[in-house]
Amino acid sequence: MNSRRVNVVATAVLLLSLAGTVMTLRTLDGMRRGATLREVLYFRSPKMLRRMSLGYSGLVADLYWTRAVQYFGSHHIAQASDFHLLSPLLEMTTDLDPKMTVAYQFGSNFLAPAPPNGAGEPEKAVALVEHGIQHNPDNWKLYYALGFIYYMDLKDYKKAAETFERGAAVPKAHPFLRLLAAQMAQHAGEYGMSRMLWTATYETTTQEQIRRNAIDHLRALRVDEDVTQLERIVGSYRERTGQLPSSINDLVRAGLIGGMPVDPTGQPYKLTPDGRIELRNPDAILYITKGLPPGHRSPQPKPEPTPPSGK
Amino acid sequence: MPAIETINLAKTYAVGFWRRKPRTALLPLNLQIEEGEIFGFLGPNGAGKTTTLKLLTGIVFPSSGTARILGKEVDDPGVKAQIGFLPEQPYFYDYLTAKELLEYYGQLSGVPAKDLSSRVNEMLSRVGLSDAARTQLRKFSKGMLQRVGLAQAILHDPKVVFLDEPMSGLDPIGRREVRELIQQLKQEGKTVFFSTHILSDAEALCDRVAVIHKGELRGVGAVAELTAQVHGKVEITFNASAAPAALRQLGADMHINGNIVSAVLPEENQEAALEVLKRERLRLTSLTPVRSSLEEYYVQNLQPAEKSMGVGA
Amino acid sequence: MNSRIANVAFNTFREAVRDRVLYNLIAFALLLSAAAILVGQISIDIERLVVVNLGLTAVTLFGVVIAIFIGIGLVSKEIEKRTLYTVLSRPVRRWEFVVGKFLGLTGTLLVNTFFMAIGVFLALLYVSRHFERGDFSITAALYFIILQFLIVCSLALLFSSFSSPLLSAVFTFALFVIGSLAEDLRGFAAAAKGITAMLAGTVAYLVPNFSAMNVVNQVAHGEPVSGQLILCNTVYALLYSAMAISGAVLIFQRRNLK
Repeated sequence: MNSRRVNVVATAVLLLSLAGTVMTLRTLDGMRRGATLREVLYFRSPKMLRRMSLGYSGLVADLYWTRAVQYFGSHHIAQASDFHLLSPLLEMTTDLDPKMTVAYQFGSNFLAPAPPNGAGEPEKAVALVEHGIQHNPDNWKLYYALGFIYYMDLKDYKKAAETFERGAAVPKAHPFLRLLAAQMAQHAGEYGMSRMLWTATYETTTQEQIRRNAIDHLRALRVDEDVTQLERIVGSYRERTGQLPSSINDLVRAGLIGGMPVDPTGQPYKLTPDGRIELRNPDAILYITKGLPPGHRSPQPKPEPTPPSGK
Repeated sequence: MPAIETINLAKTYAVGFWRRKPRTALLPLNLQIEEGEIFGFLGPNGAGKTTTLKLLTGIVFPSSGTARILGKEVDDPGVKAQIGFLPEQPYFYDYLTAKELLEYYGQLSGVPAKDLSSRVNEMLSRVGLSDAARTQLRKFSKGMLQRVGLAQAILHDPKVVFLDEPMSGLDPIGRREVRELIQQLKQEGKTVFFSTHILSDAEALCDRVAVIHKGELRGVGAVAELTAQVHGKVEITFNASAAPAALRQLGADMHINGNIVSAVLPEENQEAALEVLKRERLRLTSLTPVRSSLEEYYVQNLQPAEKSMGVGA
Repeated sequence: MNSRIANVAFNTFREAVRDRVLYNLIAFALLLSAAAILVGQISIDIERLVVVNLGLTAVTLFGVVIAIFIGIGLVSKEIEKRTLYTVLSRPVRRWEFVVGKFLGLTGTLLVNTFFMAIGVFLALLYVSRHFERGDFSITAALYFIILQFLIVCSLALLFSSFSSPLLSAVFTFALFVIGSLAEDLRGFAAAAKGITAMLAGTVAYLVPNFSAMNVVNQVAHGEPVSGQLILCNTVYALLYSAMAISGAVLIFQRRNLK
């Protein structure tokens, strides 16, 4: 077997096995979807994982953080209903690296809300952030995150105020904490309060998903406010003229509004025959509570895709 | 068909990080060595001897040209069974014993299993290592390693044997034994190609030699032919108590012992020297041609090269 | 032809053994015994977990280190020390040499792992006095570890066919670490965009997929390993090794030895 034949055979083997490995990898990936994530369930005790990290717990924390973000991101896109691994992943991350602020913020934003927007585990979220505060008592962002959960998901305005107060006492705390605490008593539940909170959330983090989520909520708030405002104007028109306007143009001609109002996606608002304001495309904007057609159901969360048989 | 043949065999290495500086290790070499010859390959260190040997044994690939052994190209697998190679300062698998090493090499060379053990024992005794057969090579001295190296080179009874500095590391007795071995190989009809920078060995053993310097072949031929090219010298001895100045002017080296003077001078000045003696009335005792050695051919041959090479080779 | 490969393989094995590589088994045995005894004394209710986790992780790490150290020596050291000159001037084809080395190396690791496996099972028996049904899957985990060794050996050989011993060791070890996180890497590549996605994707597919072969946790909890996974991993390991070895052969074919 001379040299040239060896080269030819070796090259052929190389290319064929390369193709083969890629194909096998695809099959393997299909079989083991989420396997690395489920690994998290094997570590009943975070202490053990920390020991096994041999001092590189920071690195392992980063790994788990990456998995948590990807896990949530992929499920969120699929609008799944089950995020049961998010809590263990975040707990693992923060146990290995108790100073990872962004992980606590993530938990505050996504562990607490109900699916499909979050894992629906507000108590776990509270426990997570409390753990963070324990290890970082001077980190005002964590108090903010905790207060946020109390306000948004648990609707416990008193506790929220207390937490913001606690946070405001921390050196170098952002002044809005004091402001939030002060305003809570009178303005809890109002649009202005929510808007302040979501804006604050947006500004206290650089994490992409948290920011996008905050923007989505801010847009929804704008829609809700717009719709409320417009419907009030419709009411004034009716008082003035005794009838409902036939279109929004009537309102413009009556001088009650300056120009055609559009929703945050640029679509003009629609006036229904019974005087309500609706969005042209209600599914385009998330989290809105007004401007929906009656009986409109928001897109349902998709169930978690079942893994193939056998683990 | 020559036993070993090179046709414009050359090797250039691309050296340097960006492979910009090519280093020519061997300029196109044309040699033909017949079967049964003992051929010496001479040159100073770094001349290209080892490179040539590696090219001939398939360890390094030529940049251009070809080499053939017994009519076939070097990379033909059939050829390898017919050659044996002793590299310079050989190094073997430390943890094997001499016997195990030779058995392993024998297997690789295709020595039939039934003959293997006896052949190995035979080789070991031939190179004088029978006592050390079961000792690990780690414990071998340099001389012993050299002998193992020889043994593995001839173990499978190859027709052509390549030896790179076979005498290195050996004491005078060892060198004598190697010389005898090489002569035995010739008697067995094998072709021996060896490189060395020890000229006396080459002179004693070789049918023909080639001299190589800085990658270039400087001369090839039988030892006698080459030394004949060197300008001869004569030695004149005479009675005197002092050396005549005139002789010195003729280029004589003089040596005075008691009242006998011996003067060695170039052959062409022989007549002039005799004239000097006649004039001084000095009695000539003997006149002998001095056989010039390969060393002189060597040195003479290399020096013009030094001058003509100039800077930056 | 086949006998030459077998000869090279056997010689490689012999060299490794005499190089006192197998002494690592002593260190391993000590480590595992100490852990088993300690854990048995403290009786912390997860003795089995610790023994299996620690045992299998140690088998993997010890084995990888050995694979790298011997593997690097296979070609790099031979070139440096010039033992190759007298081998390559013989009728052994270069590719036969590479394949023989590979088989010898994996054979050494197989023997090594075998003894270590006995150690793990003995330690397990010591701490829990009996075997449970789930323990059988430990053999599956060990099989996967051997598959990992196959790939590591082939990589060590590939790198040492053109690189210095130190660099070869570094590259192989780096690939081992990255490969252990290969599934995460592919997840990351899938979520990234643009050039990063392409680069990450290419790397993620070329890097050896050790993460799918790491079932230590699963097995420590007594869960079975699916037959499908065993099949896929076997095919993958064989193909990947073939890829690395053929690369090594191609490089070695034209290598000029200094």
